[in-house]
Amino acid sequence: MKNWFKSGAPWIWINASAVSINLLAVFGLLALIAVRGLGYFWPGDVAVLEYKTKQGQVQKLIGEFWETEQVKAEVLRSNGFDIPNDMLQVTRHVLKVGNRDAYGADFQVILQANILKQEYPKDVLVVVRREWGNLYGYLQTISQAGQTVTTRPQQAWQEFAPRMRRAIDLYDAIKQIEKKQLGTINAKLEKIRLQSRRDELEQRMTADKQHAYDEQRGRLEQERAGFESRLSELHEQINRDSFSVTIQDGRSLTIPFSKVVKAYRPNELGVLDKLGMYLANVWEFISDDPREANTEGGVFPAIFGTVMMVLIMAILVTPLGVIAAVYLREYAKQGALTRTIRIAVNNLAGVPSIVYGVFGLGFFVYIVGGNIDRWLFPEAAPAPVFGTPGILWSSLTLAILTLPVVIVATEEGLSRIPRSIREGSLALGATKFETLWRTVIPMASPAIMTGLILAVARAAGEVAPLMLVGVVKLAPSLPLDTTAPFLHLDRKFMHLGFHIYDVGFQSPNVEAARPLVYATSLLLVVVILFLNLAAIRIRNHLREKYRALEG
Amino acid sequence: MTTVPADTSTPTSRRRASMLIDNVTWYFRFRMALDRLIRYAVAVGGVSIIIAITGIFLFLLIEVLPIFTPASIEVRGHYRVPGAEQAHTLHLAVEEQNEVALRVSDNGELTFFNTRSGQVIQQVWLKLPNHAHIVSFANANAKQATFALGLDSGEVLLVRHEYESTYVDNTRTITPRVEYPYGAKPIVIDPQGETLRRLAMQEGDDGITVVAATEDERLLLVSITKQKSFLSEDVSYERNTVTLPYPSAEVTHLLINKDQQQLYIASRGGNLSFYDIRNKAQPKLLQHLAVTRAGANLTALASLTGGISILVGASDGNLSQWSILRDENNNEQWVKFRDFEPLHKAIVQIVPELNRKGFVAIDEGGGLGIYHTTAQRTLLQRNVSALPLRRIGLSPRANALAVLDDRGTLDFWLIHNPHPEISWSALWNKVWYESYPEPKYQWQSSSASDDFEPKFSLTPLSFGTLKAAFYAILIAVPLSIMAAIFTAQFMSPRMRRSVKPSIEIMAALPTVILGFLAGLWLAPMMEKNLLAILLLFIALPIGIVMTSYLWHRLPAGLRFRVPEGWEAAILIPTVVMIGWAVFMLGPYLEQGLFHGNLVEWLGNPNKGGWLQGWTIDYDQRNALVVGIAMGVAVVPIIFSIAEDALFAVPKHLIHGSLALGATPWQTLVRVVLLTASPGIFSAVMIGLGRAVGETMIVLMATGNTPVMDLSAFHGMRTLSANIAVEMPEAEVASSHYRVLFLAAMVLFMFTFIVNTLAEIIRQHLRKKYSSL
Repeated sequence: MKNWFKSGAPWIWINASAVSINLLAVFGLLALIAVRGLGYFWPGDVAVLEYKTKQGQVQKLIGEFWETEQVKAEVLRSNGFDIPNDMLQVTRHVLKVGNRDAYGADFQVILQANILKQEYPKDVLVVVRREWGNLYGYLQTISQAGQTVTTRPQQAWQEFAPRMRRAIDLYDAIKQIEKKQLGTINAKLEKIRLQSRRDELEQRMTADKQHAYDEQRGRLEQERAGFESRLSELHEQINRDSFSVTIQDGRSLTIPFSKVVKAYRPNELGVLDKLGMYLANVWEFISDDPREANTEGGVFPAIFGTVMMVLIMAILVTPLGVIAAVYLREYAKQGALTRTIRIAVNNLAGVPSIVYGVFGLGFFVYIVGGNIDRWLFPEAAPAPVFGTPGILWSSLTLAILTLPVVIVATEEGLSRIPRSIREGSLALGATKFETLWRTVIPMASPAIMTGLILAVARAAGEVAPLMLVGVVKLAPSLPLDTTAPFLHLDRKFMHLGFHIYDVGFQSPNVEAARPLVYATSLLLVVVILFLNLAAIRIRNHLREKYRALEG
Repeated sequence: MTTVPADTSTPTSRRRASMLIDNVTWYFRFRMALDRLIRYAVAVGGVSIIIAITGIFLFLLIEVLPIFTPASIEVRGHYRVPGAEQAHTLHLAVEEQNEVALRVSDNGELTFFNTRSGQVIQQVWLKLPNHAHIVSFANANAKQATFALGLDSGEVLLVRHEYESTYVDNTRTITPRVEYPYGAKPIVIDPQGETLRRLAMQEGDDGITVVAATEDERLLLVSITKQKSFLSEDVSYERNTVTLPYPSAEVTHLLINKDQQQLYIASRGGNLSFYDIRNKAQPKLLQHLAVTRAGANLTALASLTGGISILVGASDGNLSQWSILRDENNNEQWVKFRDFEPLHKAIVQIVPELNRKGFVAIDEGGGLGIYHTTAQRTLLQRNVSALPLRRIGLSPRANALAVLDDRGTLDFWLIHNPHPEISWSALWNKVWYESYPEPKYQWQSSSASDDFEPKFSLTPLSFGTLKAAFYAILIAVPLSIMAAIFTAQFMSPRMRRSVKPSIEIMAALPTVILGFLAGLWLAPMMEKNLLAILLLFIALPIGIVMTSYLWHRLPAGLRFRVPEGWEAAILIPTVVMIGWAVFMLGPYLEQGLFHGNLVEWLGNPNKGGWLQGWTIDYDQRNALVVGIAMGVAVVPIIFSIAEDALFAVPKHLIHGSLALGATPWQTLVRVVLLTASPGIFSAVMIGLGRAVGETMIVLMATGNTPVMDLSAFHGMRTLSANIAVEMPEAEVASSHYRVLFLAAMVLFMFTFIVNTLAEIIRQHLRKKYSSL
């Protein structure tokens, strides 16, 4: 034993354990995110319970089991629960009972011990609504224009699907008009307003012009009136049907079809049906707009915003980074100065990202953006165009933040290229630029690519600076759309990372939104890990390709 | 195009060849020119990019500098005082746009004049009762520009000056107007009709309070309160008169504070009496103090904005601030808060700023001083005239000043003083705020209340930053360095190839996700299983040593099945099992030792047990949560650099040591660690830099309260989180905005220095290895 201690073996083992703990932390974290994130989409069964409350009454509960945990009995006792003295821990469930409009809260905390009866009747209905979250209950009647169509639950369920489909089609039509047609008209009106304001400012406004503007305005207003009457028509149609549901306390709620996203009976679905629904949910999550203050629905605008911002950043950062690296490695005289610059550039990579955010806000948004507004968009004043946080400034800020990554990686690549290659090229009569352009840079391209991908991965996960320079919790429109000039660099945007922060910490209903945050996290992690692994793969692949040359 | 062999035998082909040579030289020139062009372009581009990125620091500095620059003034008008020359000036005022000023003279003349030229815009003659003269003056309501004039008929006239801006063709015209809030007829203060020699007055929404010293040595306290009847809209007035028992002949200055609750009476010899006049019928003497140095008289008295402090100017040029201090029994006591850099001659007048805790003072020698109380800062001290100064009028925004000297010359000055409330000492040292019992470090940038003074101390934020970094490093350093040691020195190469990138990939994990998990998963989990998590720190090392001993005692045949260097893989199930066991055991231990709930037990000193009498509050989002989450974020960074340093230790050193009979552990401790120690140090430095600047984890995993204590169970607010929270709301170019820039600069400097240090050490190390 003593010898064993003397040999130092225990210390080696302790060191080994640090590796194990780190590995466990990495994969544990990834697994945690994956399990919780993927579980979010599974349509869970809905239980109907008979439950004994704290006061001893028996209550009927309908809901999904949301979370189960072991709680110290002492904690519950001090909260007034009657727990036998010999019990140390109690199993506690969080039951999602939904119906926020009826009960005030989405969740009810229940103790396993107090569940008297638990069953899963086939005809329990889950209604996913556009407002007030999910509804759990039994379908009772269906009405059309105030007239009851059927009162028999089974027939009502048969009647349900076609009416649901009709309502969704109408809803899509309404959204289409509101977003596309009316949005275009509003954009045109705004453009005319700005044009006429500009003419006024530059004192070029003539009676003719004024007249032309008024005429255009009148035409657009007329067009808008047409769409609006069509809209009210559609609204009337969509509000035709409604259905009533009995909820757990016996009350009956009437819900118009227009307020419903979808409705299903989870307990009668087979595994395959559920799998189909699971995939549909995943697709909805990726492709839909958020609902209910971001706590429901999809994250499409956030994905779009993240990708857009990162793309613009990549376009900005690549030439800058490559030129700086080429200068440092190929053109600058190597000496104390380049060494200092190199240390400085390296260290900029370690400067906190929030500092870049502060710089971006102060310099890009207020100084550069403010001056752009003054010179190019005087007609929009006092509303800022570029003098306010937006996607361009976010991309620029992140480009500066990731510039050191690209510079360092490119320099590394340039330094790997053997001198003989450069000398060979020069000896054949090529100029320095030709040598660079035709041989050195292509050979360094894997390194440049790696740097770029690492920069993109870093940028995609960065949130703190964006909170200052352009990200918002809910952007009314995407930075890329069908109205000229198509790419709107001045717009604010949504971002996956900020979405996580916002929904997880600033939303009114954190408990309900948490699974969505896990799902969003999973998405972000997958994207970033994919990018990082791609960087490694590309680096290895291209290195192989140029190995023959390097040798 | 140059590859065609030139046939020079025939004239045509000769011509063709010379054309070809022309082409070649042209192309050659083009290539050379292009090469040169690119060289310059790249040089310019490269240098400007590098300048641009280092320009960040410069930009931050430029944004920060204005808060440390002193105030400056420039003269914009110089003229004879408008209005009656021989009359005595009682009051000067400048309106908000700095275009119109007002002079109040003791002959009852109100002269509005242009501040730049001195041209009279309007003159108003006050309607005084027959044969009455103005003998005294008092500011009655600073915010509403209302003043009171005391007459020799025992009456007081309340006057308000207002300004209206009108725009015609984008040019602004300001029209002054005089109002009488209590009617154009003066209010009778002394029914006996004696001259009101000294006067103090305060007007508010509910009524007025007047204190007057009469010629026949009475000191009258009169309050008139508005009484609104509930049934009708009628307003009736209730009047209350008291004669204060005070040697009135001695009175030199009178002052009533803003909310009409305090009365200050100055008498000869620099004595000040503080009266509580909340009950107007029964004024109560609180204290009687000498507020100037021995031999000096009190020559100026003013109430600092907010109404809790007074400013005292003395005949020896001294300036001081006095305020109320409340002890724990709620007894009030007036004490001197601070002294200011004195002026050279007797103070003539002190004018407080309207919206900030600053003031302007003038002296008999023509000296002018601009000060800020809380920051204890002298922003400007300058002689603006060779003559004694008589009166000044400060504009409501405190950016313009009218100064009247002894000979009737009026100077109009613009003041540039945007950030008086910030000073280096106020940012980093304890500051004594009004109504605080003692000086304190405090960060509180905004509040719902109007009278609020922002408190910008960076100390609690810096403390929070270092505390968070400290806990993160505490967790990350052992984990990452030990892992690096094992990976670099003992792990089998095959396992190393997959382990190293696995740990390094964690660096790519967005911190917002770590923060979210820390705040919404780890923090509640830790609150429920605190004991288990604390036990983990003890149980893991013990369990691992035990496992390794058991492994050592295993039959050799079984032991050698696992090749050397795979210990880490064997330990994974061990670690999982220890963790599981601890979490299972936790509740039983808590039941036995801590009455079932450790968190509650810590917070409740009466619960018995062996920590009797101690209270440890537990915040759900605390430093330990941050430490673990940020530790996870920092581990891969330290690990990666430290592992590189350890792995780069030349193999012949290790082999030499082993060949001489040292055990692998001895080789590690005495050879490898020693050689690689600068590299490990630089790894820790870089990790520290990362932890200091991390924003999202701290933002999400702490309560963000700027408290200063080291407790692992309390939260903190860091510089970075503070910037993220407050920057979007800070008004551009305000003091708050600039202080946040300063916070960013502090972060920048800190990480830059730490990283540069680490980088230099690393380069040094690289050089050393290459020589080995």
